[in-house]
Amino acid sequence: MYTEAVMDHFSNPRNVGEINDADGVGEAGNPVCGDIMRIYVKIEDQRIVDIKFKTFGCGAAIATSSILTEMVKGKTIAEAEKITNRAVAEALGGLPPHKMHCSNLAADALHKALDAYKHRHLQCTAGETGSSSAIG
Amino acid sequence: MERIYLDHAATTPTDPRVVEAMLPYFTEVFGNPSSIYKEGRAGKKAIDESREKVARLLGAADFREIIFTGSGSEADNLAISGVAWANRAKGNHIITSSIEHHAVLDTCKHLEKHGFTVTYLPVDEYGLVAPEAVREAITDRTILVSLMHANNEVGTVQPIAEISKIVHEKGVLFHTDAVQTVGSIPLHLQELGVDLLSLSAHKFYGPKGVGALYVKKGTRLCKLIHGGAQERQLRAGTENVAGIVGLAKALELATARLEENCSRLVELRDYFINELMSRIDRVKLNGHPTKRLPGNVNVSFEFVEGESILLNLDLKGIAASSGSACTSGSLDPSHVLLAMGLSHEVAHGSVRLSIGRENTKTQLDYVLGVLEETVARLREMSPLYQVQASKEGKECLTCTPKR
Repeated sequence: MYTEAVMDHFSNPRNVGEINDADGVGEAGNPVCGDIMRIYVKIEDQRIVDIKFKTFGCGAAIATSSILTEMVKGKTIAEAEKITNRAVAEALGGLPPHKMHCSNLAADALHKALDAYKHRHLQCTAGETGSSSAIG
Repeated sequence: MERIYLDHAATTPTDPRVVEAMLPYFTEVFGNPSSIYKEGRAGKKAIDESREKVARLLGAADFREIIFTGSGSEADNLAISGVAWANRAKGNHIITSSIEHHAVLDTCKHLEKHGFTVTYLPVDEYGLVAPEAVREAITDRTILVSLMHANNEVGTVQPIAEISKIVHEKGVLFHTDAVQTVGSIPLHLQELGVDLLSLSAHKFYGPKGVGALYVKKGTRLCKLIHGGAQERQLRAGTENVAGIVGLAKALELATARLEENCSRLVELRDYFINELMSRIDRVKLNGHPTKRLPGNVNVSFEFVEGESILLNLDLKGIAASSGSACTSGSLDPSHVLLAMGLSHEVAHGSVRLSIGRENTKTQLDYVLGVLEETVARLREMSPLYQVQASKEGKECLTCTPKR
């Protein structure tokens, strides 16, 4: 039911882990639904220089998180913001239909991480310190 | 890579001796059992002999009490809808439990749309129905109680004989879905005391596509399938002769070494559960510790999701199943685990391994090692485990794992 690309990313997930001094952290999903993804980003000059993820969920949830980190590493914030959940699924050669809405949330988590970075960045330029977390 | 099959509650491989017994009925003895000439009579004879064999092995009073069907699900449908419509003038209330197989639950839900009312009894944390709750639920409109003998997911075995007495005191009919127990644990119809019992051949090393319903003499049923006089007018359609022969042969083989197989499986099961508990932390055994099917292991690994465990096991040559939503085709995890009071998160992390007669201790040791490795790897990846590890942390999750 899964493509080879899904099984590859599931078996050998890329960029698993955390970034202790992350510039932004974003989370999507809910453990009640069986899927939760957390994305950590490190930003330099408006570019994603490092990205890590932690995911609780099925094969599709892990594979989408993994391939997303590969898709956006080195990209600018503006470029990364254009990536959709659908594009992530397409990069994996597709997902089973019933996985499209429940386990395909990696782009949402990324966008939240980028929002958290922008929020903090704005606050910092205004001379304030703030939290970088967008976990809600 | 050697495959290790640990999903015997889903289906079993057909015993080669069963296949051998079935083969002549595809070719040499191909006649329609309803035909009066020699070829037809030979098929009829095979069915009659199989019916007698099944009746004897289950402890039925009369061979005519066995109705062959196309599956265990069909037997459940025939029992519930059949009794409901045949007793419509007498009442419209049915009692079942919240952890039944969908063949029972969905049939009851369908009947609710046609004027019947259904009580879905709760279960305790082990998946047991309280016999007294059955007594309290019976009204003067109750026509049928249907409770499964053993649960297919968690393996909990219900006190059917005890409940049967209560149901009959009230003059109500009692059906049990014994798909998981026939051929797996010693079972005798007179001891169970039920009026109807469903079984399925492929759960005890017989072929798929054939089941049976025991219908106690004098129990009125309405048919579901129209168009012929087969199976005492209760199930139209040319009989699956080879399948019926296979069902009877498989039951004969399973019954012959039942006690021995049972105690061997219980030993393997308990060894596996104990090892698992000592090697991996935050594991919960789902179902009753002792009142459970001999080969059933159902556990929840906290902080990880069931489907991802299954995929890892499959990559390592192991076949098992899960109560996670991802494997159920719906958004909710197993209705059985939720009815037992498990939180959604823990239910998502459930895995069922059902041991069968060809499994060995060496295989189970390999599976234990793979599970240890897999759960550790997935927990390393899980943000829930991370929060737990940092002692609840400072972060607020929408939901915290149940302790």
